[in-house]
Amino acid sequence: MRKTAADPKGVLSGHHFLDGDHALAEGALAAGCRFFAGYPITPSTETAERFAERCPHVGGLFIQMEDEIASIAALVGGAWGGQKVMTVTSGPGFSLMMENIGLACMTETPMVIANVQRAGPSTGLPTLVAQQDMMQVRWGSHGDYRIIALCPDSPQECFDLAVEAFNLSETYRVPTFIMTDETVGHMHEKVTIPPADQINVVPRNWYQGPKSDYRPYEFTGKQASSMVKAGDGYRFHVTGLTHDERGYPALTEEQNRKVVTHLIEKIDGNADKIIRLEEKDVDGAEVVVVSYGITSRIVSKAVKDAQKSGIKVGSLRLITIWPFAEKRIKELAGRVKAIVVPEINYGQMVLEVERAAAGQCRVISVNHCGGAVHDPEVILTAIKEGAK
Amino acid sequence: MAFGNVKNVTGVVTINWNWCKGCGFCVGFCPTKALTLSTEYNAKGYHPPVVTSPDDCRNCEFCQTICPEFAIYVRRVVDNKENDNA
Amino acid sequence: MTYATSDAEFRSDSPMAEFLRMERMPHIWCPGCGIGSVVNAFAEAVKKSGVDMDKLAVVSGIGCTGRVAGYVKLDSFHTTHGRAIPFATGLKLANPDLKVVVVSGDGDLFGIGGNHFIHAARRNMDMVVICVNNFTYGMTGGQVTPTTPQSAQASTTPYGNYEYPFSLPFLADAAGATYVARWTSLHARNVTQAIREAMNHKGFSFIEVIAPCTTLYARRNRLGDGLNALEYYQGDAEIRHGADTRTVDIDFQGKIVVGKFVQREKPTYLEAVNTRYANVLGDDYQLYGKTQPEREEEAKRDAEARTLEAERMLAEDLPEGGE
Repeated sequence: MRKTAADPKGVLSGHHFLDGDHALAEGALAAGCRFFAGYPITPSTETAERFAERCPHVGGLFIQMEDEIASIAALVGGAWGGQKVMTVTSGPGFSLMMENIGLACMTETPMVIANVQRAGPSTGLPTLVAQQDMMQVRWGSHGDYRIIALCPDSPQECFDLAVEAFNLSETYRVPTFIMTDETVGHMHEKVTIPPADQINVVPRNWYQGPKSDYRPYEFTGKQASSMVKAGDGYRFHVTGLTHDERGYPALTEEQNRKVVTHLIEKIDGNADKIIRLEEKDVDGAEVVVVSYGITSRIVSKAVKDAQKSGIKVGSLRLITIWPFAEKRIKELAGRVKAIVVPEINYGQMVLEVERAAAGQCRVISVNHCGGAVHDPEVILTAIKEGAK
Repeated sequence: MAFGNVKNVTGVVTINWNWCKGCGFCVGFCPTKALTLSTEYNAKGYHPPVVTSPDDCRNCEFCQTICPEFAIYVRRVVDNKENDNA
Repeated sequence: MTYATSDAEFRSDSPMAEFLRMERMPHIWCPGCGIGSVVNAFAEAVKKSGVDMDKLAVVSGIGCTGRVAGYVKLDSFHTTHGRAIPFATGLKLANPDLKVVVVSGDGDLFGIGGNHFIHAARRNMDMVVICVNNFTYGMTGGQVTPTTPQSAQASTTPYGNYEYPFSLPFLADAAGATYVARWTSLHARNVTQAIREAMNHKGFSFIEVIAPCTTLYARRNRLGDGLNALEYYQGDAEIRHGADTRTVDIDFQGKIVVGKFVQREKPTYLEAVNTRYANVLGDDYQLYGKTQPEREEEAKRDAEARTLEAERMLAEDLPEGGE
């Protein structure tokens, strides 16, 4: 990934006391996001409000669209207009956005979408935490495609991962998701924003060659091709239909295979470069707790307590949720007695863990419905169970 | 209608025999009725138009604009300066 | 008269060669369909106005008219059903130098896309929306749309339509559109003129073009072929510029009031944003890096260009023949 320093205009360097939602906005601005189209929905509204306030100061544009569908459609348009774009939403809005997320994936349009998760299904518990959209972010739109999703565990990480999300979306020309939750979104913590020259930003991979040779797509299955924007005389065409390299509709089985294979391979094939994990005390552990987001903060207490009582337990935090770290999980499953997976849902990422573990060890899920974070005791009990 | 030495503006029509789908718009709305639907077929089974009265063409370009297939266009005939008064 | 013997020659000699992606011809539209005529009129408008084609972007939705984007040799976007307008909004706001034209059908723009239409009109978003209204969802086989007249037959109203249709100019006017016109695909020159005016107009412009759907709407309702439809337009279209948009409903095979109904000046969305932010921040406000004085200079040049184009249009009595 080519990187440059961030544009100082968007970087609010210094120490701040921010909540996750606000930190997300600051991270996006630091990454160079200058167009935001969104719609208010609890518990994500604060991000939109921050953008609305900050946009004029950084020379960006904020628009509150009439609904989430309009927001995501405006993002696809805004990206092809040449800007780095973002929106934020929660469960019900996320569901509405799915069709155009598919359009963005199919047209390989970079953008960042944050989902500050709340309890569902449907209207659910608008003001309370959950981690119930983890599978939806991966499978929510129709058809075969791949996306990248990151999961911050603190307001600081909301800032850091927002920058990383933009970098990933520009590198792979794919919608990149930040799956926070209501608790991380609304908790206030210290957020340190470095000076602009210490923030690494991936600029858009602009096409440099002759106009006549420009092709909007290259189905290499290895990497994303360069992009242009409307208004520069390339006279290109972009469509959600199955298309060829020129972007023209090409409605055959063979072409669909070419396109879809490319969309899948460009992410799966680069999974090793994309995936980031945080592991603690995993070497020699008998039990590993795999978690993500706010749950991982409760896990650290449970793991400490378990270690005090003599259990050899480690933790693995999924910073990157998708693509899923199946290689690492498979590896660990071969060495440990059990993997414990606490989540604030009825079992979503645990399905991936089970799949990757392939029966090599026990997989114990610690689930509960949305509304509150885990009690460390419950996770401790599961760890003890796993250590038996 | 011509005044003295002034000649009418006239045009040369080009028709894409194969693209035409025989809708009849050009024939129906040519103001001087210069076009007629031919009795011959093209490969798709349609009757494309033919210019039966080329001298009646006034280069109004209506056939060109109304044709949904982009299958017909007309170019103005410019033979001498006396024509350049339309 | 020539019959083009060489397909390649026709493609390169055609006056549409600069405007169309000739390598994709012939297109998918049916014999007698009105969409091609509208594309022709659009091409003429672009040519006559001298607008910079590099800065012109076309956005369309899904459906027969939605395929227009794929055939024009411009930066063009074939988006999801009903969402052409918000896409165009994002495109325009991300790059305000673009001239954005949305071309889509009645079902796409006013069925699924209805909400987006009224909000873009409300905001006076600077874009042109051309709706090819054939009273049907053609691509999917001729279902009823929000503009299908009462009593007309459609595949989902097989016993005749009982729903009340929209009057599109009325809806556009009520929602806040600042340029509203209606023509038919027969009135090709008027459509060209309207598109020229709309492209030159600052704000939300809406042009409804009534067009035939020979395979579905016309066939199901036994209205003959495309030529019969054009003859109906010729006989029943009544030009009433400035008509009250409350009075221009179209009954089944009834009178079609055409003309330019609304044209007024009002700050666009972006102008309103810029004014408000400039009030708060003064010269510190730099949208995408452009300072306020730079923007004012640009706005002045843009206004001059629009005045020139308006004068040019006024000076032309009739479209010139033989250019």
